[in-house]
Amino acid sequence: MRSQTQRRVFLVAMAGLAAFLVWGMAGLPRFGTFAGAYSQFLNAHAVAQRAATNVVAAITFDYRGFDTMGEEFILFAAVVGVAILLRTQRDEEERSPTEEAEGRHAPAASNAVRALGLAMVGPIVVFGVYVVAHGHLSPGGGFQGGVVLATGALLVYLSGEYVTLRRVRPEHLIDAAESAGAGGYVAIGVLGLAMTGSFLENVLPLGRPGALLSAGIILPINAAVGLEVAAGFVLLLSEFLEQTLVLQPRGGGTP
Amino acid sequence: MIGHLPQLVAVWLFAVGLYGIVTSRNLVHMVICLSVAQSSTYVLLLSIGFRAGGTAPIFLDVPVGTRAVDPVVKALALTDVVVGATVTALLLALAVQAHKRHGTLDPEEFRSLRG
Amino acid sequence: MPLLPPLPVALPLLVAALLVAAGPFVRRRVADLTAIATAGATTVLTALLLARAADHPLVHWFSGWTPRGGLVLGIDFAVDVAGAALATLCGVLMTAALVFTWRYFEAVGTLFHALMLVFLAAVLGFCLTGDLFNLFVFFELLSVAAYALAGYRAEDPGTLQGTLNFAVTNSVGGILVLSGVALLYGRSGSLNLAEIGRTLERGPADGLVVVAFVLLLAGFFVKAAVVPFHFWLADAYAVAPAPVCILLAGVVSELGLYAAVRVYWTVFAGVLAPHAAGLRGVLLGAAALTALLGALMCYLQQHLARLLAFATVSHVGLTLAGIALLQPDGLAGALLYLVADGLVKAALFVCVGVVQFRFDTVDERALHGRGRGLPVTFGLLLLGGLALAGLPPFGTFLGKALMEDAAGRAGHPWVAWLFVVASAVSAAAVLRAGLHVFAGWGPPAGAWRPGPGGPDGSAAPAPGGSASSRPHATMVAPAAALLLVALALGLAPGLSARAHAAAVRFSDQRAYAAAVLDGATGPAGASAERAGPAVQPSGTLPPAALTVALAVALAAVPARRPHTRGRRRKAALHGVLHATLALRRLHSGQVGDSIAWLVAGTAGLGALLTAVLR
Repeated sequence: MRSQTQRRVFLVAMAGLAAFLVWGMAGLPRFGTFAGAYSQFLNAHAVAQRAATNVVAAITFDYRGFDTMGEEFILFAAVVGVAILLRTQRDEEERSPTEEAEGRHAPAASNAVRALGLAMVGPIVVFGVYVVAHGHLSPGGGFQGGVVLATGALLVYLSGEYVTLRRVRPEHLIDAAESAGAGGYVAIGVLGLAMTGSFLENVLPLGRPGALLSAGIILPINAAVGLEVAAGFVLLLSEFLEQTLVLQPRGGGTP
Repeated sequence: MIGHLPQLVAVWLFAVGLYGIVTSRNLVHMVICLSVAQSSTYVLLLSIGFRAGGTAPIFLDVPVGTRAVDPVVKALALTDVVVGATVTALLLALAVQAHKRHGTLDPEEFRSLRG
Repeated sequence: MPLLPPLPVALPLLVAALLVAAGPFVRRRVADLTAIATAGATTVLTALLLARAADHPLVHWFSGWTPRGGLVLGIDFAVDVAGAALATLCGVLMTAALVFTWRYFEAVGTLFHALMLVFLAAVLGFCLTGDLFNLFVFFELLSVAAYALAGYRAEDPGTLQGTLNFAVTNSVGGILVLSGVALLYGRSGSLNLAEIGRTLERGPADGLVVVAFVLLLAGFFVKAAVVPFHFWLADAYAVAPAPVCILLAGVVSELGLYAAVRVYWTVFAGVLAPHAAGLRGVLLGAAALTALLGALMCYLQQHLARLLAFATVSHVGLTLAGIALLQPDGLAGALLYLVADGLVKAALFVCVGVVQFRFDTVDERALHGRGRGLPVTFGLLLLGGLALAGLPPFGTFLGKALMEDAAGRAGHPWVAWLFVVASAVSAAAVLRAGLHVFAGWGPPAGAWRPGPGGPDGSAAPAPGGSASSRPHATMVAPAAALLLVALALGLAPGLSARAHAAAVRFSDQRAYAAAVLDGATGPAGASAERAGPAVQPSGTLPPAALTVALAVALAAVPARRPHTRGRRRKAALHGVLHATLALRRLHSGQVGDSIAWLVAGTAGLGALLTAVLR
């Protein structure tokens, strides 16, 4: 379709669809008055039933833990997909990694940025581990903490030390970490299946609400998810960075 | 209508995101517009579960029984965010490859598939 | 609680994680064998599920959360015959695709196998689940795996465009589904299919219910490639490697329709029952449009993969026609046709893959006569084409016969003619392609009438073929095996009765809710008796024979520009040519067009259904 016609078709159709959607949403309860039985039950009983004070985490990793397993594998599949899409093609070769994309003339990172960036890597990693470990108690969890952990690697790149990181980073270990996180979730589920006949049943002792070691399998699952998300995002980051900083067309020349 | 204002925002986000995709001339712009369209579902989900005067459903420092908002939609929104982020990552990888292979990010320049 | 249901999903996921971890240390053949073994084991598990679910649905509650006090707290797998049958089909197709990969790819990393296994797990979860949001999660998981798999040959220019169209259009489809789920949650406060159905039944079919229904239907129709949500399909098939096409053709479109039917019969059937007649009309209209447009576009293609893509679209329309009758008879036929057609299309894609491996192209024009050295592939392609037309005793014949019968009894005898025309035209295209490529029929390359600047046909080269390599047995055997299974389906005794019983159970909303929510495990005897015994498709041999004959006749039509005398004839011919050119130009491969049509289709569906459901 020519772009004028296409635009007109879209605008007319979208106007109709928007009106249709608004008509449907008028049937929802007024904003602020939702009273679903499921959510009210969980707010009232989840803490007692699962010894987890973060009810959202209890839902994500226990009541609806199977959904989260699927979600974790969506991330897994996407990371594997990006690795497939960005792998070294037959007409490319690796060159010694540079800190800057060729043809780019950005000013080098100042010393203040480098120093502060590197200094913050440690606290960020600690904070990430904290968020992952306390997912069942306070806001946070495996996904959020995993992303925080991955930003540690991003900080290293921003501080201009990517080449050093690349030398030190054990690539296979990160792959293995991601798989351990993903496979670990399934393994915990199978454990529940073997022990009680229900996949992903909470088979560890529940403990006291508010203590760090409580809520049964929610803590190990959080750890697995945190590991997988952190490793996955570091892999994503390194795949994209390899494209500009490392790969070049075979025989040299600018990419 | 005021009682459903957040849902109207969701519809608007959806419409704007799709308009961006349809008229886009840059792959990165298109991917971000898809992300905007996706964010309409976050707004929709979270607005459905809101309870006036409710606090977050985390009972670490407030006693169980305090009026709290719906926790289920928060879990759903969390899943939704992960899905959106991963699709964005995949599509951006496609955009990077497209720029390398074709030297352009304009979707109208890709003409090898027709009919 | 049955232990079996989660296993077909857990096993492939576990092995996929292991494959990625072991990646660089594992040799290619080991990875191949592991993947094939896993797919095979999973297929056995799904077959076991099918056997166990024959009497009453198997319900497995995750994390130990069975319903408490009448409230559903967790996620469940509710496995009935239809879901288990589809799951088994997916397992079989994945095993065939992985066996085909053995020789198709010269070099492939373990990442490919890992993604295929993740795709398998997602598809199985999708078939077996009883929770609406879980359905969405598996919908997205299989989509993401499919995008990555389709883009496997990222170095080719067309791949990027095709994958982009595929990914963006299906993502928007996912947004539609999620919006529908959110609306249903807002109304019912629950995410369990059975529970939502019970809640909706108590209330009126107001605006929210209609909008949620339209959103869910539109989202699933994007997956199923119903017109006008289908613009992504041909592009995705054209660029995806052959093993992935096998899965896309045999699994993804089927699942889109399955999800639509499942959601309708468990959630909306009760509340929308008073308006079933209007709904039937709208769905039949969509089915007819899809079937005819798909068949027409199929006949106009010279690119083998796109040809099969449009054949898929056309057959989705036919299956939708059976579903649209909203009765157990039509549903039984549709389920049978779904399974058999999936097998046949997968077999055809294996043949196309062999051609691609051997000659590096799938353009009918460029391949003219070059396939003479591949007699087995030729035979299988011809057989597949005839099976597409509904040659008895293939399963496709049985499914179509049941659907035509049901349509006739429901007062829509024209549906039988739709079946004849659409099947004949799409089968003719396949047969014609086979005759041109393998037997050298028709005008030699160069004497063809010029197409409207269609795709240059060189599908990205198969990363392994060389001019002198003969196709290995592992590449051709899957096609033969799949066609054999399709044949067996048609010959199996009592299959139509069993399909009918399964369809009756599928369409009984109350029985499903009772089984899931109340743990009722009684057999479906009562409801089956209420719906009447299965009908034997006796009077449907003539239409099938007509279809096959028509297909063969159309296939033999020469492709030369006909010499017409008389100005009126010439004018009419020009009109037809212009119309077909315009139709082909509409399929531009641009993402913007696809989304524009998606929005138009959703708005149109919304308008029509609002009119009939109020």
